[in-house]
Amino acid sequence: MAFVAALLIIGGAVFLLVSCVGLLRLPDFYTRAHAVGKAETLGSMLILIGLAVYNGAALSSLKLLLILVIIAVTNPTATHALTRAAMRSGLKVWRVKGKQTNHDLAG
Amino acid sequence: MSAFFLGLTVFIALLFAASLYRIVVGPSVFDRAIGAGLIGTNAILVLVLIGFLYDRIDMFVDLALAYGMLNFIGIVALAKYFERKQGEA
Repeated sequence: MAFVAALLIIGGAVFLLVSCVGLLRLPDFYTRAHAVGKAETLGSMLILIGLAVYNGAALSSLKLLLILVIIAVTNPTATHALTRAAMRSGLKVWRVKGKQTNHDLAG
Repeated sequence: MSAFFLGLTVFIALLFAASLYRIVVGPSVFDRAIGAGLIGTNAILVLVLIGFLYDRIDMFVDLALAYGMLNFIGIVALAKYFERKQGEA
């Protein structure tokens, strides 16, 4: 059982690392929100599942799963709220120089 | 398994440093807010791991639960506030 837990936790840690690399390396706010909103949620959920598996059948395992549900609901919602606020307050979208995108065509 | 949890806690603490860089450098205020949100979500995991390290998981899991909800409310309030702020300017 500890082996399964360790496997899940290491997988989650890899996703956390990916989200942090995305936050550091990607070019603008929207792409960074993309990295954080998805990879971070999945990584935290995997780590919490692994910890619940390691903890076994107990009340605290149920609470760990409750934390998992809260993260799964709130983390994408918070990212979406921030991104919508940025879009409405007119933050510029990053683009390759001299290349027209669908966003330009929609005007 | 205790050394494994300790190593994982140190690893997540290193990720704190990475998002702290984004909070300091980040060109827009939204970059800073999303870096703060990332630190908040990782802090939940660190709280749970500290519970496993000290063998007091039944207490620390409640702290992590409360921290998760407060973190969400904080980020949504930041988003609401800065949206209005830049709309007026």
